[in-house]
Amino acid sequence: MNRNMNLAARILGTYAVIYVAYLYLPVLFLPLFSFNDSIYISFPLRGWTLKWYQIMLANEALHRALMNSLKVGITTALISTFLGILGARAVTRYRLPGQKPVVGAIMLPLVVPEIILAMALLILILRLGGSLGLVSIAAGHILICVPFAMVVLMSRFEGFNRSLEEASHDLGENAWWTFWRVTFPNVLPGIVASLLLTFTISFDEFIMAFFLGSTDPTLPVFMWNQLRFPKLLPGVLALGACILIASVFIVLLAEWFRRRNTSDAKTGDMIIG
Amino acid sequence: MDNAFIEIASVSKSFGNVTAVDNISLAIQKGEFFSLLGPSGCGKTTLLRILGGFEAPTAGKIMIEGQDITHMPAHLRPTNMVFQNYAIFPHLNVEQNVAYGLRQQKLSREEQTEKVSAALAMVQLEGFDKRGADEMSGGQKQRVALARALIKRPKVLLLDEPLGALDKKLREEMQIELRMLQQQVGITFVFVTHDQDEALTLSDRIAVMNEGRILQQAPPRDIYERPSSREVANFIGQMNLLTGTVESVGEQVVVSSAELGSVSVDTNNQNVHPGDRVTIAIRPENLSLSDVPTAQALPVTLAASAFWGHTTHYRIIPEGAGTNTLDVTQQDYHGSQNSGDRAWLCFDSSNFLLLKD
Repeated sequence: MNRNMNLAARILGTYAVIYVAYLYLPVLFLPLFSFNDSIYISFPLRGWTLKWYQIMLANEALHRALMNSLKVGITTALISTFLGILGARAVTRYRLPGQKPVVGAIMLPLVVPEIILAMALLILILRLGGSLGLVSIAAGHILICVPFAMVVLMSRFEGFNRSLEEASHDLGENAWWTFWRVTFPNVLPGIVASLLLTFTISFDEFIMAFFLGSTDPTLPVFMWNQLRFPKLLPGVLALGACILIASVFIVLLAEWFRRRNTSDAKTGDMIIG
Repeated sequence: MDNAFIEIASVSKSFGNVTAVDNISLAIQKGEFFSLLGPSGCGKTTLLRILGGFEAPTAGKIMIEGQDITHMPAHLRPTNMVFQNYAIFPHLNVEQNVAYGLRQQKLSREEQTEKVSAALAMVQLEGFDKRGADEMSGGQKQRVALARALIKRPKVLLLDEPLGALDKKLREEMQIELRMLQQQVGITFVFVTHDQDEALTLSDRIAVMNEGRILQQAPPRDIYERPSSREVANFIGQMNLLTGTVESVGEQVVVSSAELGSVSVDTNNQNVHPGDRVTIAIRPENLSLSDVPTAQALPVTLAASAFWGHTTHYRIIPEGAGTNTLDVTQQDYHGSQNSGDRAWLCFDSSNFLLLKD
């Protein structure tokens, strides 16, 4: 009996290790080869160098692409989270006629293949005489990010007691102040989560950015362009390594913020009150 | 009616085809502790929420001090509410919760601290200022909710089953405190409860509700001693309800029932005629048992007994009453107490209450 359990535990443990290795080892090759003194991505490693990082830092086009992605990502995160707050509040607080079909329509981009949405948007924008560029990319990203924002925020809105808002009204605050003093602080972790999620989705989104972009690419499209030239590849690896570290940092930051928020946010009202 | 502090005039509220409040009119006096008592789903909470401005009535009018507030939004009303689950803001500590409603008064920090301290002292929570919302017991949360509402100096305090979540001992303690607090601040309290003992203990007046309507409104003693209908009698306290037929009507009414045979009872202002089916309501404490026969006593059989500490509860079957039982509470019956034992039932029919069916 005991031996069987030991065996099972050992098999499960091995499985877990293989699983995690499969997930993360390929990713770890990125930073590893970004320090390799060779344009070919192969073992054995040739030697230690920082020149790919220097090339990356000197690459004006790359900076531009990075800035483009940040602009699109931040715009998308702010607008889709804002729309998500309005939508989630309406759906969780009121009973609206035709609510189910409307919510279904909002959630549809989650299941419609992105390439279909991208093509449809491309045709629409060109027919309407619009021009392609960062604005059209952001519009496409908002379309696919709003459902994610809604899902994250709806669970947060549902999780907090409606009588809290009633208590605030009862104590003399109108709808705006009630939102600001009660609803907002209570759904804040959801808002932060939504901002981070939608930014991340936009930041590494390729299909929309490829279809709806002009000659001024976002970072994923820029990287894809670079991949066609082998001698530029290590520079892309260096960039990838930087993005990886930034992502880990953002996730840790979000987690720290979430934990701090649940235990310590009680002092927040002193600023307002 | 003219000088009523709160006037509820023909108020109805429907949700779809469900009528939660059905054409209720009530007048509540200034400084009164008024309870809405009824089983769950009787419309009492809906009526309270209409007073607080959280539900709009389908019909009717609400006035406070002569001012029509029917369509006034909740945040402008001179009422404050203690919610059933207390609705303590989880992101704020005790001090910030209590001070929540003071923002518009634009007080200096010192004035605000002073007010909060006074409010916390009133509910005996001194020194709890910095406690987090999740670090408090149910009783403490309830006190915070009270302080938070009373600091606004409302004209009317609405309480939605505020003691429902507390254990029995704490609840009884809080009942006394709540009553003392109300007398101290002199604010009109409208209190919703399904607990009849609570309503009897606390209230100046009680309105007994069922199915969206008010069955009776009166002071607690009247409700207890003179329930106006079988429904109210059944809801308030232990009550034996006997079905009988009127035999004759004179200065007193003679009613015959399977349990007690023919008894003469007070007319209780009921307009009855011979042959009418009526109810005789008898409190268990107005019946007693004896182990020796006396004049007027009826032979009965003990069905069960239960010791309640301050009294003992007996269920008896009068001879010839088939399976109909009566409940008797008595402290000093010393006869044999096993079920199946014989005893004698004594009563004074002037304590009986005649009700029309």
